[in-house]
Amino acid sequence: MVMQSSHHIRVLVAKPGLDGHDRGAKVVARGLRDAGMEIIYTGLRQTPEMIANAALQEDVDCIGLSILSGAHNAIVPELMRQLRERHMDDVLVVLGGIVPEPDIPALKAAGVAAVFPPGSRMAEIAEFIRTHAHRRPAFEF
Amino acid sequence: MARRFRSPYRFRIRLNQVLDWTTISGVPVQPVYTAADLPPDFDLDRDLGRPGEAPYGRGIHASGYQGKLWTMRQFSGFATAEETNERYHWLLSQGQTGLSVAFDLPTLMGYDSDDPLAAGEVGKCGVAVGSVEDMEALFHGIRLDHVSTSMTINGSAAAIWAMFLVAAERQGADWKSLRGTLQNDILKEYIAQKEYIFPPAPAMRLVTDTIEFATRETPRFNPVSISGYHIREAGSTALQELAFTLRDGMEYVEWALRRGLEVDAFAPRLSFFFNAHSDFFEEIAKYRAARLLWHRVMTERYGARQARSTALRFHAQTAGVSLTAQQPYNNVARVAWQALAAVLGGCQSLHTNALDEALALPTAAAATLALRTQQVIAHESGVTGTPDPLGGAYFLEKLTRDLQDGAEEYFRRLDAMGGMVAAVEQGFPQREIADASYRYQQALERGEKRVVGVNAFAGEEAAPSTLYIGDQAAAHQGAKLERLRARRAAAAAAASLDRLRRDAGTGANVMPALLACARSWCTLGEICAALRDVLGTYTETAVA
Repeated sequence: MVMQSSHHIRVLVAKPGLDGHDRGAKVVARGLRDAGMEIIYTGLRQTPEMIANAALQEDVDCIGLSILSGAHNAIVPELMRQLRERHMDDVLVVLGGIVPEPDIPALKAAGVAAVFPPGSRMAEIAEFIRTHAHRRPAFEF
Repeated sequence: MARRFRSPYRFRIRLNQVLDWTTISGVPVQPVYTAADLPPDFDLDRDLGRPGEAPYGRGIHASGYQGKLWTMRQFSGFATAEETNERYHWLLSQGQTGLSVAFDLPTLMGYDSDDPLAAGEVGKCGVAVGSVEDMEALFHGIRLDHVSTSMTINGSAAAIWAMFLVAAERQGADWKSLRGTLQNDILKEYIAQKEYIFPPAPAMRLVTDTIEFATRETPRFNPVSISGYHIREAGSTALQELAFTLRDGMEYVEWALRRGLEVDAFAPRLSFFFNAHSDFFEEIAKYRAARLLWHRVMTERYGARQARSTALRFHAQTAGVSLTAQQPYNNVARVAWQALAAVLGGCQSLHTNALDEALALPTAAAATLALRTQQVIAHESGVTGTPDPLGGAYFLEKLTRDLQDGAEEYFRRLDAMGGMVAAVEQGFPQREIADASYRYQQALERGEKRVVGVNAFAGEEAAPSTLYIGDQAAAHQGAKLERLRARRAAAAAAASLDRLRRDAGTGANVMPALLACARSWCTLGEICAALRDVLGTYTETAVA
């Protein structure tokens, strides 16, 4: 018996780094909740290690990072390393915020599934997560 | 990014109509306004005052901009102090009339560039300043007693200000002649921007220390710029921006009064900073309402007698949040009319955003175009000829009155909670803003609110080339800090940090100790660590 149909997609919305501009993170968190997902919001100033630990404890299917500060090149590879250490590299990682075009290929190579720039539609973000998140069933027989 | 294209027929029908007749803040707008929308006894001269006359609804100068134009002050800072200094010289050479420093996140949060928590952040959102040495490099070749300098810094503001004062002193400038503004508005950090370090009460004490010190030592410097800008950027309505900002200002006044300062001794140096958002008339009304409200509370609630204590002065910046990454050249149009609203609203100082700021920090070319936009408004549009030219328009007067009434209602609720510090600790303004922000996002998603290039008339447009800030700044700053720590007299630095811990603990004004730290070449990270030891740190309860 697989519980996937009744298992909501669980998303950790995380705000890493020193930046406190959280309008985008909060709007996305509410939007995904309205789209039927379970949302855990980490709050501000999370290190990659804190995010990976929260993802493990909360058993999430997706991590949504919000970074506007330009610190993505330092934060994202470190988060991916922390996830691999915890055997959680099947978790879908998406990134929203201000990310210069030249940085995107390296972020994708590091394992970021999608980068959503300012002005992205909620429906588009929700659809992407629904299509690509590897659901981690609560239990299976 | 994937885009959906509608059939031309539906496209034309739907986009030639406006679906939603409310302001960007959701306030309903009637088709027509008449005298019937104002109170029967409405009297423009009495209710708003003539320009330059109390209660200053129509502006604080009788001759408007004929006497003096606003200060054109472009917020700028990136990478290292040396690189930012070059940008300052360029902007000044192009007719900019004041400086405004953007610091990077480690500086805002009180960490040195080589702190592990600063990884990836050095020089990215602004310039890294870690010591008096960096402060001197930032203003190299610029006389600090000849130009007014604004610094956007909050959590670590007192420490950065001490470094600024020491840099000015080393240039030979008299503190009494220094003009400028320290943002230093910690309340809006808890409410909106979230770059706080210490818990609210000790942070308020630091702000009060700077107000007290400025009142004595730097009579021409504004120690606080009470800021609605960031509240609006976090997604608030115009009314929330107005109400929370003014109530923050009242909180600073009350703390300074409790410190024993005379209201007329410090109030003339309190300045404000508002957003210039996209809803043209609502914004103009907001600035007028702000002046009316501030005059009333300063006279009635705090007993100020000097005109300068009750006349609200403000800086404005066009709305960063309104800029789009899609079709970025459209931003030039947005910035122009937002700036026009600020000018028609009677701003004293203005920053215009660059067209590429939804993509990156601005290039020199984009920053120059933003400055030119102000110059075109100032010298070609004719709107500077007479103050408050829209005064008396039924629509504008109605909006102005409603904003005043709405703000008074928020004041009552905030007073009932025990003031702004208590309200912040309860998360009230934070929740109000998050709700408003989500309502707007939903209106966008439904197409009721439209943004050209994003949910209307979308279509790819070539992006301009943007400024790319690599990681060289971090290496440069790290090496510079290492040399500084090796070169300075270690015992003097340690002794000044000990004194800071002591003064922070006893409740003495920390400014003299901070100045001693700056003079003995302590770094910002060391100073803020010492303050953290004594004052503690703050983590908000996350509400999504």
